Amino acid sequence: MTASAAIALSEVQFAYPKGPTIIDIQEFALPRGQSAFLEGPSGSGKSTLLGLIGGILKADSGRVEVLGQALDELSATARDRFRANHVGFVFQLFNLLPYLSLLDNVTLPCRFSTARLASATEDGKSLKARATDLLDRLGLPAAYYARPVTQLSVGQQQRVAVARALIGAPALVVADEPTSALDARARQRFVELLLEESSRAGTSVLFVSHDPGLAPEFDVSLSLSDINRASVDHE
Amino acid sequence: MSNWLTGLQLAARSLANRRATALLTALSIAVSVALLVGVNRVRSEARASFTQTISGAELIVGARSGPINLLLYSVFRIGNATNNVAYTSYQRVIARPEVAWAIPISLGDSHRGYRVMGTDDSYLAHYRYGNDQPLALAAGEPFKLVTDAILGFDVAQTLGYQVGDPIVVSHGIGATSFTDHDNWPFQVSGILKRTGTPVDRTVHISLPGIEAIHSESDPPEGGSIAISEAAAYGLETENITAFILGLNSRLELFGFQRLVNQFPDEPLLAIIPGVTLQELWGLVGNAELALLVVSAFVVLAGLIGLMTTLLTAMAERRREMAVLRSVGAGPGLIAALMIFEAGLIALVAAVTGVLGVHLGMLGARDVVLNMTGINLSAGGPGTFDLAVIGVVTGAAMLIAAIPAWRGYRHTLADGLTIRL
Repeated sequence: MTASAAIALSEVQFAYPKGPTIIDIQEFALPRGQSAFLEGPSGSGKSTLLGLIGGILKADSGRVEVLGQALDELSATARDRFRANHVGFVFQLFNLLPYLSLLDNVTLPCRFSTARLASATEDGKSLKARATDLLDRLGLPAAYYARPVTQLSVGQQQRVAVARALIGAPALVVADEPTSALDARARQRFVELLLEESSRAGTSVLFVSHDPGLAPEFDVSLSLSDINRASVDHE
Repeated sequence: MSNWLTGLQLAARSLANRRATALLTALSIAVSVALLVGVNRVRSEARASFTQTISGAELIVGARSGPINLLLYSVFRIGNATNNVAYTSYQRVIARPEVAWAIPISLGDSHRGYRVMGTDDSYLAHYRYGNDQPLALAAGEPFKLVTDAILGFDVAQTLGYQVGDPIVVSHGIGATSFTDHDNWPFQVSGILKRTGTPVDRTVHISLPGIEAIHSESDPPEGGSIAISEAAAYGLETENITAFILGLNSRLELFGFQRLVNQFPDEPLLAIIPGVTLQELWGLVGNAELALLVVSAFVVLAGLIGLMTTLLTAMAERRREMAVLRSVGAGPGLIAALMIFEAGLIALVAAVTGVLGVHLGMLGARDVVLNMTGINLSAGGPGTFDLAVIGVVTGAAMLIAAIPAWRGYRHTLADGLTIRL
C-alpha cells in the first residue's frame, strides 16, 4: 500500500440520478506526499469529484482508489470509516460547528476515528496538547481558545479547519476552495501554512480552487476541464 | 459504538445551541400534553368523586321524573326536584319488611349559598360514602331541637361557624334569598368531618326544622322545642323530596324497585344509584370524548410545530451535517441525530406537561373542591399519563423521520458541498 498513490482514478464516470454525466475522468493520480492544485470554475464538477474521493458518492463505473483502497469495493459504512481514518477536509466556508469550542472543533475527527486519535497521541502527548501545537503553528495562540468560534474571523476559522483536517495526520487532505473568502495576502499565507503543516505530517493535499494564482505553490497543477471529459455547460 | 455516543453528545450540544427555538417548541408540546392529561384527569377524578359520594344505598326514591335528575338532586345537590313525595307514602314504603333502613331527604332551602337538607337521625346512622365510610361528627352532637343544624365541613370552615353559633336559614336556593326565615333562630349543634363529597357543603336540619322555616308561627318561649314535641306545635312533615333506602337483602333489589315504581298511592320512581350513574356517564361520555379528541388534536398540532421547527432548522444544519459527514459520520447517524433530537424535545415536553398538571392540581385542590365539589385525589401519574408520554415521544420520533429522511437524502446528494 505504501507504493500506491494517494489518489488514483481510472475510467471514472458519475451522474446524479436522472442528471447528465458530470464526471468522466480517464486517468488521474496524485502520488503520496505530494500536493496538487486542481483548477476548475465553480460548477465544473469539482464538488462531485471530491464527494467521490471522500467516499460519499459512489462512481457509476470505473475505479476510485484512495491510498490504494478501491472505494467502490467498500460498503457505505466502511467508506465513512475509511474517510474518518484517512481523509481530512477543509471547506470553502462554515467549517466549524458553532456549538463546539475551538479545541473541540479541532479534535472532532478523533472522536470519530480511533486511528486518528491514536496517531495524534502516539508520542504520549495529550490530544489537547497536539491540537494546541497545531494551532500555535497555524498562528492561533491560546488567547483565542475561549472565544465562540463564530466570533473568529473567516481566515482564523479556515486555519482552525486546517488544524482539524490535519490532526491525527491523515494521509490525505482535501481542500474545497478554502481560500475563496480570504483576501489575497491571507490567501497566500493560508496556502503556505497548509502545505507546510501537511508536508510535516507527510500528508498529501488535493487543493481545489478557481484561482490559478495559487498554483505555483503546489507540486502539481492541473485543470479539471483537462481531465474531465464530461461536457457540462455552466452558467 | 463510540460513534453513536459521540453523535448523542453532539446532538445534545447542537440542541443546546438552538435552545431558544427548542424550548419554545417543547413549551407548546408541554402545554398541549398538559391539556390532554388535564382533561383526562379531571374526567376520571369527576367520575371517582361521583362514585365516592354515595355507598351502600340500594335504592333512591323520589317523585316520578328522570332517573338522572333524581340522582343529581338527591345525592349531588345539583338541580331541583320537580315534585315532592308525600310523607305518608314514605312511611308506607319504609314499613315494608324488605326495608332495613331509610333516610328521608327534604330539599329546597339554603343558607348563604349552601343547600339546606332536612332529614332525621337515620342520616348519621346509615349514610355511607367512599368505601362504606359512615359520617362522623368533628364537633358537637346530633340534632335534638327543631332548630339544631349540623354543618358540613366546608360550610363550617368557609363561613367560620362553630358549635353554638346562630344561623339563619333562607327559603329558596341562592346566596341571596327573597325571604329570610328568621322567626325560628337556628343554631349549630354539630359539625361533620370532611368527606370530600357534597355532604361537606350541606347544612343539615331536622324535618320539623324544615317545617319551622316555612311556618308563619313564632317559636314558643325559650326559642325552641325538642324534635319529638314538634307535632304538638303543628310542625308536621307533609312532604319530603326523596329518600334513600337500604334493604335487608340485595336479592330483593329488583323486585322491590318494581314494587316502588308501581306504588298505587302516587307515582314514585326508585333508582339504583350505580346503574343511574352509569347512565349519566353514558350521557356525558360523548362530551368527554369530544374534549379528549380536541385535546389530542392540540397535541398533534404541537407535534406538527415540532416538525416545522426541525424542517426550518434543516437549512442551517445542512452545513453542520456536511461537516459531520466529512469527519466520518454516516448518513444513518445524521438521520438518527434528528430523530433523537425530536424524541428528546418531546420527552422533556411531555414529562413537563404531565408533571405540570399533577403539581397544578395538587395546588388547586382546595379551590376545585370548593367550586365544583370534585375532590381531586393526590395520586401520582397514572397509566394514561405514562402512555401519553410514551406515545407523544414515539410520535415525535416518527414525525422526525420526515426531516431525518430529508437530511439523509441531502447528505447523500450534497456530498460534501455546503450549499448555501
